[in-house]
Amino acid sequence: MPKNYKRPGSLYDTAAHYCPGCGHGILHRMVAQAIDELGVREKTIAIAPVGCAVVAYDYWQFDCAEAAHGRALAVATAIKRCQPDKLVFTYQGDGDLAAIGTAETIHAANRGENLSVIFVNNAVYGMTGGQMAPTTLLSQKTATTPLGRDVKLSGYPLKISEMLALLDGVYSVERVSVSNPKEAMNAQRAIKQAFENQLQGKGFSIVEVLSMCPTYWYKTPQESLKWVDEIMSKYFVLGKLK
Amino acid sequence: MKKKILISGNEAMGEAAIRAGCKFYAGYPITPQNELTAYMASELPKRGGIFIQSESELAAINMVYGASASGVRAMTSSSSPGISLKQEGISYISGAQLPAVAINVMRAGPGLGNIWPAQSDYFQATKGGGHGDYHMIVLAPWSVQESYGLTRLAFELADRYRAMAMILSDGILGQMMEPLEFDDEEPMPALIAKPWALTGAQGREPNIVKSLSIRFGDVEKHNLVLQKNFSRIMAKEQRFEASYLEGARAVVVAYGSMARITQAAVVNLRRQGKRVGLFRPISLWPFPAKELARLSKKIKKFLVVEMSYGQMVEDVRLSVCPGARVGFYGRSGGGVPTQKQVEREMLKVLTNNKYA
Repeated sequence: MPKNYKRPGSLYDTAAHYCPGCGHGILHRMVAQAIDELGVREKTIAIAPVGCAVVAYDYWQFDCAEAAHGRALAVATAIKRCQPDKLVFTYQGDGDLAAIGTAETIHAANRGENLSVIFVNNAVYGMTGGQMAPTTLLSQKTATTPLGRDVKLSGYPLKISEMLALLDGVYSVERVSVSNPKEAMNAQRAIKQAFENQLQGKGFSIVEVLSMCPTYWYKTPQESLKWVDEIMSKYFVLGKLK
Repeated sequence: MKKKILISGNEAMGEAAIRAGCKFYAGYPITPQNELTAYMASELPKRGGIFIQSESELAAINMVYGASASGVRAMTSSSSPGISLKQEGISYISGAQLPAVAINVMRAGPGLGNIWPAQSDYFQATKGGGHGDYHMIVLAPWSVQESYGLTRLAFELADRYRAMAMILSDGILGQMMEPLEFDDEEPMPALIAKPWALTGAQGREPNIVKSLSIRFGDVEKHNLVLQKNFSRIMAKEQRFEASYLEGARAVVVAYGSMARITQAAVVNLRRQGKRVGLFRPISLWPFPAKELARLSKKIKKFLVVEMSYGQMVEDVRLSVCPGARVGFYGRSGGGVPTQKQVEREMLKVLTNNKYA
């Protein structure tokens, strides 16, 4: 029987360190798949975040820079300006992109940098032990919201994609999810589209991906998929925002 | 062809950077270094480089990180409070072994302080203002001419050692105008191969620019690599200027614009027959400890003068031989020791028997 589903060439053949049910493994593969399909592995430069995906370069087989927490889009800005012929993208979590790096995110977007951003929103800080993220849902329990996120203390979950969609410098904003096969296929398409936008010089594209963190949601992998579909995507509504 | 122009220290450093092959500059407004950012904005794009006014100092230094990771000669500049904000990036650049240049046109602190000149960032520059075991190469000019020359040298050294180099200027040196002579046709320092740069993994294994190593023991190994490099720099790059040492019984140690004022004091005292000399560190890290140690074998009286309440004086005390005494005079917060004050302090040291 022919083998139709293969490991993308841009992905090393190695075991990943992610927890069972984590969305990063799926997303790393999607990124690699898109790069394979576009045939740009040898001209790709990725910026790995601070957080669980910091060692993305152990899985991706192309050039990568690490960036300080929140500074990925400043680093990416310079790399792309210095090498406009390369595909440059950042892969960032919610704390990285929407808390400590909010200024870098908004200003890179507003400058209309010709970059692609994969924004992984799992509503929690994973690497540091499950603290409240800017995108943590109301009443969601985390290490730093032991009674659940209280709007009076911590405000609302930050809809940064909606904010970015308002900026004239931004070309494309889309929110997708990897919580079921249908949405995952759509996510694969959106990621490839964000890279194509850049290759065509269209400007700043961001794909927000709702992703699972069973470990710090205190749920099984299956419950986590359901939570994205039934709870998380009610607040962070999927679809093309711009 | 030799050229002679009248130019401010800030602009001279910008011109030097461009002539040294700087192709990327990111900066954020702060006084008293704004002329440098403006110079780069108007000159760099015309001459094939990239200028970005960043949203913050954090972004600026991280843009420099990205440009340097691309293999490009890159620079940022700021003044004291802004340099504090850049410390995170400086630590990451040092950890990732990226060559880059930063200019600090020092002003008074702590905190917002004010925009008057100071030398109170010596500790931050030479001892590591960011986290981790690292050093920057720190060069301290005392004139517009030297601001130009040392900026060029900073790019050369940064590339050679894959390290961060800083020019420690101050509000006086940045703002004042002096004649600058340079060779219009002098080529930029030769570009060196950067096989580690992120240029796309074409026909080679992927490159990774990083400072993290998760496996226990790897960061210690990495630190030993860094330390070996710092030892090499310490052995080879100590720079200084010594003058009026003939028959000197006391030596004043000062750097940057403070050394300019001190020189006037030394010249005046020499005219009166007082046997005083001047030792001017040009590299603050590595500190010219070897030469000071040698000097202190025969001269036992030292005075350190700074626009701070005593920072470089610690390195002087660590450098001199036992038996040598090191006095200190300093003003800070915008106060600049005058020639008269320096002369008075030097005479105290000369006549004080404690220093015999």
